[in-house]
Amino acid sequence: MAQKVSQQGSRSLKNRTDSKSTLSSKSNKKGDTKSKTKAGLVKPASSQLRTKKIKKINTSDFGGLSQGLLLIIHDLMVKSRVLEERVIKIYKAGEGYFWIGGPGEEAFGIPLGLLARKGQGLANDWFHLHYRCTPTLIALGMPMIDAVRLMMNRVTDPSTGGRNFAGHYCFPKWNVAPVTSPIEVQYPLACGTAHAQKRAGFNAISIVTGGDAGTAEGDFASSLVWSSRKGNELPVLITVQNNGFGISTPFDGQHGETQIADRAKAFNIRSRVINGNDPIESYLAIKEEMEYIRKTGKPSFIEVKVTRLYGHSSADGANRKNELFDSVLEFEKKLISAGIIKDIEAKSIWEKYEIEGVQAQEKARTEPSPTSQSVWDHVFVDNENADWRKF
Amino acid sequence: MASMAQAIRMALHYGEAHLGVKDIFGQDVGAPLGGVFTATQGLQTAWNTPLDERGIISMAMGIAMAGDRCVAEIQFADYIFNTIDLLKIAGNTLWCTNGQVPLPMVVMTPVGAGIFGSVYHSHSFDAWASRIPGWKIVMPSNPLDAYGLMLSAIKDPNPVLYLKSKALMRHKGIELIPGEPSDEKALKAMIDKPVQNSAGWKPRWPDLEEYLVPIGKGKIVHEGHHLTIVTYSRMVHLCTEIAEKLAQENISIEVIDLRSIYPYDWDMIKTSVLKTGRVLFVNEDTDVTNFGEHLAYRVTQECFYQLMARPKVLAGKNLPGIGLNPNLEKNSVPQIQDIELAVRDILEEVP
Repeated sequence: MAQKVSQQGSRSLKNRTDSKSTLSSKSNKKGDTKSKTKAGLVKPASSQLRTKKIKKINTSDFGGLSQGLLLIIHDLMVKSRVLEERVIKIYKAGEGYFWIGGPGEEAFGIPLGLLARKGQGLANDWFHLHYRCTPTLIALGMPMIDAVRLMMNRVTDPSTGGRNFAGHYCFPKWNVAPVTSPIEVQYPLACGTAHAQKRAGFNAISIVTGGDAGTAEGDFASSLVWSSRKGNELPVLITVQNNGFGISTPFDGQHGETQIADRAKAFNIRSRVINGNDPIESYLAIKEEMEYIRKTGKPSFIEVKVTRLYGHSSADGANRKNELFDSVLEFEKKLISAGIIKDIEAKSIWEKYEIEGVQAQEKARTEPSPTSQSVWDHVFVDNENADWRKF
Repeated sequence: MASMAQAIRMALHYGEAHLGVKDIFGQDVGAPLGGVFTATQGLQTAWNTPLDERGIISMAMGIAMAGDRCVAEIQFADYIFNTIDLLKIAGNTLWCTNGQVPLPMVVMTPVGAGIFGSVYHSHSFDAWASRIPGWKIVMPSNPLDAYGLMLSAIKDPNPVLYLKSKALMRHKGIELIPGEPSDEKALKAMIDKPVQNSAGWKPRWPDLEEYLVPIGKGKIVHEGHHLTIVTYSRMVHLCTEIAEKLAQENISIEVIDLRSIYPYDWDMIKTSVLKTGRVLFVNEDTDVTNFGEHLAYRVTQECFYQLMARPKVLAGKNLPGIGLNPNLEKNSVPQIQDIELAVRDILEEVP
């Protein structure tokens, strides 16, 4: 079985190489092979970034972000992509029942996680995410294995204990609210945490994400109504990740509005549309809107144009759409061109996370399933009996 | 004696003053109205929401998730149906997160018929509610229980659905709430907003005390040994009236006020049924897939060989709505004569 995993493991890197071959003539240099064989010894990303000698560049092309930050963003984008591709492979290998996730949304999700005030309680930001937010969880610090455990429904899965699908994260230690399968219910719920945050007075905000198709739900409209009541405005960062599809249905046949962001304007909510395939534009926009919300206590709205790189879910195959824009590879190409990272260094990051993903899968495979008796656990707090047969 | 509306109001005041309730909200819950039944009048933390039931439930979930205590109201249960999937999510959040995210929130809503409220002010919700796991569901029949169950609901770490009979909102009890002034007029002067010249009015709350009715515990409101009636909310009063009437014929009826739909007091039901051998379940909700049917099923399973007659469920007819004309409403939900007939039928059955 371990051999099977290793064979699958090469595919993630192959995606990069295939795509990169059209982007950079340096990708087949001899040094790459050498780096590949050394991949197992590569240091974790954070320590590598600390020790890397950074060449001075003109950061005006990168929105003024520091080289260190750019490298962190790239590192996390790669990590998230490799992880998503790993859990897709787990599904395709028959070791998980269903996959849904967010490959293609790294350029928005990573900056979102990096910029939030991370922690538990009312002094920190709340996240009301949908099921395509692996990048944000990676940016918050989620180990890869925790997404794998969720995918493989292990009892060790910290989000649900093996009870829910991939991408349905829950991390109370970072105020990450449980992701639900019903779409868009997270929007007005974010108003609830924002209400409590505003009362607590720490300038913390609630962040909500969701898809473009889901904005047809009334709950989306509810969030606009509840967050914008005059004198009772709420500190919510309302975002919509517009990937252009609702499962199989294209955006154009379902929307009359020119931009989804236009709907926020009707409620006097400040709004903008951004290119979510560009991590720098995303970073700067999120930062600006977060600062506005913290300063004013009022909501802000970002419509984020993103790419659904692997389709809706495993239900439609979870196959990579090579014709689509790949934010991770394009950002990497830009960093390489600017001399911020070398091709060989970038490749080693992909390899390092590929190994981490494989090891996570191998470890999760050895971990126990939830017991059948545990179905009655946590119906009520403190496992108070909820089985009428025992009343 | 306090009315149900006054009892709920006092409980909510106790909740905001002593139990950490920070938000009491819903449509017309705050000033100036203080709730369509005045149950939230004068409360410090009461506020008005948009006319958006799903938003109300979502807000409650968010507030609870953030760690604050709240009581939300859906103005009439007739309008709670578009929130059912949110109620499901609220009920499964703790479970789905493997015990990580509790939602300590109370949702209260007026239910049932009895006021000629037509199609959309007469719905019951107890049978529906019993099919939403993860919630506790309570349904008081008198002001003291209304007070005690509300405090228990607020203190409970789980979501609690508090179903209050709209026909009972002006009903007055026979037992004082701890701290309630014995003079009814004095209480009214203290906590009821005057109809005229109410500008600047503020309530003067009595020195209320904590009184808890444990969720999951019923109460025998009329003892007997020939037949058991298991009921709750408004129907308690009709069943008790029948029990008292039949007592004059030396027919001894035991009436259980279940008070909690889930979890429910099975020990009390079983002990009583084993004593009487005959049981009638009475409630207002429609009779197909009715909560009483579940109880009748369980009685049949666990008490079958001790039964002297077939368990019976008397509930609302399985109609799309309750019509406005009294002839229609009275032929839709159980009336006192229906209860009497059902009791006599069961008593006449020979094993």
